[in-house]
Amino acid sequence: MAAASSAVTEKRKKNPLSDGQGTLAALLISPTMAVILFVVGIPILMSLRESVFRKDTAIDPNTGLIPEGETFVGLGNFTAIFTNPQLVPGVWGTQDRLVNAFWNTTFFTVVCVIAETILGVAMALIMAKAFKGKGLVRAAILVPWAIPTIVSARMWGLIFDGEGVMNRIVGQQILWLADGPQSQWAIIISDVWKTAPFIGLLTLAGLQTIPGEVYEAAKVDGANAWQQFTRITLPMVKPALVVAVLFRTLDTMRMFDLPMGMIGQGKYSVETISMFAYIENNALRYGAAAAYSLLLFLYIVFIAFLFVKFLGADVVGDDELKAIAEQRKRQKAAAKAAGTTPALAKSTVTSGSSSS
Amino acid sequence: MSHARTARRVLAATLSVGALLVTAACSSGTTTPSAGGSASASGTDWTKKGPITYAQGKDTSGNLKGEIDEWNAANPNEMVTFRELPDSADEQRAQMIQRGQAKSGEFTVMSVDVVWTAEFAANGWLEELPADKFPTTGYLKAAVDSATYFNKLYAYPSSSDGAFLYYRKDLLDDAGVMAAPTTWDEMKAACDKVLAKNKSMSCYAGQHQKYEGLTCNIAEAVNSAGGAFLTPDGKPAVNTDAAIAGVQWMVDAFKTGLIPKEAITWKEEESRTAFQTGKIVFLRNWPYVYNIASKDAKFKDKFAMAPLPGKTGPGVSTLGGHSFGISKFADNKGTALAFVTWMNTKENQIRRLTTASNAPVLEELYDDAALQAKFPYLKVLGDSIRAAAPRPKAVKYGDVTLAIQDATYAALQGQKDAKTAFTELQTKLEALTQG
Amino acid sequence: MSTATTTEQAHVSAAELAKLNKPTRDGKYWAGLIGTIAGMSFIVIYCILPFYWMIVSALRQPTDGRSTDFLPNPPSLANFGAVFDPRNQFGIALVNSLVVSLTTTLLTLVFGILAAYALARLRFWAKGLVLSIIIACSMFPGITLLIPLFKLFTGNYPSFPLNWMNTYQALIIPTLSFGLPLCVWNLTAFFRQLPVELEHAAMVDGCTPGQAFVKVILPLAAPGVFTTAIITFIAVWNDYMIALQFGTSPEMYTAIVAVSKFTGQYGFDTPWGTIMAAGVLITVPLLVGVLIFQRRIVAGLTAGGVK
Repeated sequence: MAAASSAVTEKRKKNPLSDGQGTLAALLISPTMAVILFVVGIPILMSLRESVFRKDTAIDPNTGLIPEGETFVGLGNFTAIFTNPQLVPGVWGTQDRLVNAFWNTTFFTVVCVIAETILGVAMALIMAKAFKGKGLVRAAILVPWAIPTIVSARMWGLIFDGEGVMNRIVGQQILWLADGPQSQWAIIISDVWKTAPFIGLLTLAGLQTIPGEVYEAAKVDGANAWQQFTRITLPMVKPALVVAVLFRTLDTMRMFDLPMGMIGQGKYSVETISMFAYIENNALRYGAAAAYSLLLFLYIVFIAFLFVKFLGADVVGDDELKAIAEQRKRQKAAAKAAGTTPALAKSTVTSGSSSS
Repeated sequence: MSHARTARRVLAATLSVGALLVTAACSSGTTTPSAGGSASASGTDWTKKGPITYAQGKDTSGNLKGEIDEWNAANPNEMVTFRELPDSADEQRAQMIQRGQAKSGEFTVMSVDVVWTAEFAANGWLEELPADKFPTTGYLKAAVDSATYFNKLYAYPSSSDGAFLYYRKDLLDDAGVMAAPTTWDEMKAACDKVLAKNKSMSCYAGQHQKYEGLTCNIAEAVNSAGGAFLTPDGKPAVNTDAAIAGVQWMVDAFKTGLIPKEAITWKEEESRTAFQTGKIVFLRNWPYVYNIASKDAKFKDKFAMAPLPGKTGPGVSTLGGHSFGISKFADNKGTALAFVTWMNTKENQIRRLTTASNAPVLEELYDDAALQAKFPYLKVLGDSIRAAAPRPKAVKYGDVTLAIQDATYAALQGQKDAKTAFTELQTKLEALTQG
Repeated sequence: MSTATTTEQAHVSAAELAKLNKPTRDGKYWAGLIGTIAGMSFIVIYCILPFYWMIVSALRQPTDGRSTDFLPNPPSLANFGAVFDPRNQFGIALVNSLVVSLTTTLLTLVFGILAAYALARLRFWAKGLVLSIIIACSMFPGITLLIPLFKLFTGNYPSFPLNWMNTYQALIIPTLSFGLPLCVWNLTAFFRQLPVELEHAAMVDGCTPGQAFVKVILPLAAPGVFTTAIITFIAVWNDYMIALQFGTSPEMYTAIVAVSKFTGQYGFDTPWGTIMAAGVLITVPLLVGVLIFQRRIVAGLTAGGVK
């Protein structure tokens, strides 16, 4: 904070955030950015281009061959859900296949993430209380996380088999691997199993930073366990928790391996947008596939935006940027009041949490 | 309702953002693959020799490895490398399609399922095979037909396949049923007698999980009831009374418990295990079951095989099998030609039959007395394949089979009645096969 | 138990006095203890039970693939033997997995540390943009990146005429993009919380900024780096889609891909036992690593993810 306030007095530069470290920064960041540009940037651009074309499908009546080529369709691939809906029966009623995949994705994300968060937090609370055997519990909790998703999908497929052990335990014959609400729950159970521990670990990490004295003080003030939890624990672990939940949400929204490996394709009750895009690509509708992945991308960006906006997920986590933004705001307000042009804020200390 | 509306609003909002991105991408001038590259269809070089690759699904018997090793020992300058593809047919198809899409010649020779021929050929991924270099005399007509597209051969048939009715001979004998049923009614009558003594068993099952196996099974039901998926000139005809009667039979079989409820999740292996562990009396499955069941000392005398039953007489099996397709984008097609024709020699076909239980495509082998003695089912198999009906030949086969599975699955699960489901299917198939 | 301690409080002996000096073990204490133990056992059972099923299924005879007995009957190691059947080339696959995972982890760390240092310590105008790009990178559906990458790596474009199919770089470079965002994000948070005064002090002692970073900051950040390394290693080790897409010849399979190609004894056979055995074999090294390092992993998470 001190840094920001002293900034006002300093000489102004062209760019308030740059003071000659740019070259070094560019040098240090370039390998990462190069990799990202190469393996993410170029494919995204290729997808963008693909998404506004449609492969020609007219068959030559004499040879039976499809002349190679593609037609520019503009947003045709995106609007096809309205102009040419592909109705499929899913758990949410009969509707367009993309809309169905959209609801599946949303449903899985909401249910899985909520269940994982509740379970994860509960696990963290228990682990924080544990004294003996802490190591054992921690190690156990890392087991689901360490198992490869594709192996886990096979494993749960075996457990959820019609004649499998899950049905033996529940004593009923539930056909988990068919196509229906029960298969959605099979997916949810296995996904929660695999990832709740991870949220638990991250939350535990957050819990351990809370000093014990805070609880002692609360006890003295007569706070009961629930009050301690809602008034101290939750607010204190919130930053860690929100980021963990955000990352999980983004991951769940892209779910692919698990439904594909466990239930299989063509099952509308578990088809996610990722799966649908992949299947459309294999049906040679490259344009539609690219369009759907872009829609999913935008949906994810939108959700991430909501997280940052409403839950205050500190994804970027840069104190300096935030401090400067606030400083500018304050200066602008002050300048307005004083009737002068605002001087832009600039920090001198290279951030670090020494200020907080 | 409100769901749909919000969804539409969200989508509309995302679309407008998408539009921005699209314009941005256009102006950024990215390098894009040249659309419509020149397809050098004519003048394929069938003489160039050199190393090639061969891609197919899992080599379960290890027979393929032996074949390739033998070839490589004899042709050290024309080595064949095996590219093993994933387990499921869908994934194999996905891998091949991606090669086609990327114009990659990574797979020189591919093991193409009979139902993929049209799609691969129409998209120009497979080399057209000249009749003089790839002779098909003496081959099963159905197998050659399934590798043919617009009167041209695009793949060289390597194996065929047909289904059987496996049945518990011991239980049938015990119940006084002396002959295998040839109609559905006879099968039910036989079951009534057998199940009276074996209360925990069910009567029949095939493969009813939602995947390609369901298409095969429902096609058999339709064809065995006198219907057909396609008319002789290739138009879909799934809403005929005969076709719907076939579907209705399977629907009723589920409803009355003739087929156990859990069979809706069964693929080949689940149904085979159910048969071998005494859960069902009759099983529809491929020839591979014979090899396993006959090796089980406790089980080998309990079962027998017969042609599939039908509505009023013997049923019709669905035609399966694979062919060798040669990639248009690959190099060294001379070696590919030599390898493929070598793989299809009579000796190699017999070897594939004996070690990998692949049904041969050379018709004469089915009548070979020595082989028949070794494989008691060979004659029945030959009859089954000769009478087998192919699945629809469609460029968009993936969409076609999914539409068939959708309709069947909905009918089997009771979401729609058979007539509605298959009338809708007719509309879909007409649109899909139009062009 | 609890009532006994309270009623006998009247007669205070020396021994009891000592007892009283300990925290009181009243009903609440015992309820809490029992609750904690029950909770802990729940967590352990919850996490281990499905894995137990995997182990049990692996220890059955190959022919009992889908049996539901809670103990393998009779137990057999045949499935583990089948994993190392020469046909599967599982040994080569394990080596490939190690090479790919280690290289990717190492590269991710080097690139990630450089980028994270710049983001945490240096000032430049595009910082917000760079951070956003790195985060956004983990938002694009990975499966759809593969198809364009595949086209790129098969040497179709005149601007990129290399055929990278079945090479290590094709397995490693795309994987980097999945590890990097987490790595950069984690390490940036980590570096940021180390007081900048430490570097200043080092520089006063005559270190260049680079030396100050290597000698002072890196050792302090070791737990965070370590945790990031493990998370990345596990993520890469467990990757399936990239490895499947770009490694199509048996010499280039990773362990996970090799498992997916295990053949049964005959067509349509899914060798459940062998797959589960291989799953156990792939997972156990990770588990051992995690067991040894669990204290450090948790420490790294504590210090890194949370401020």
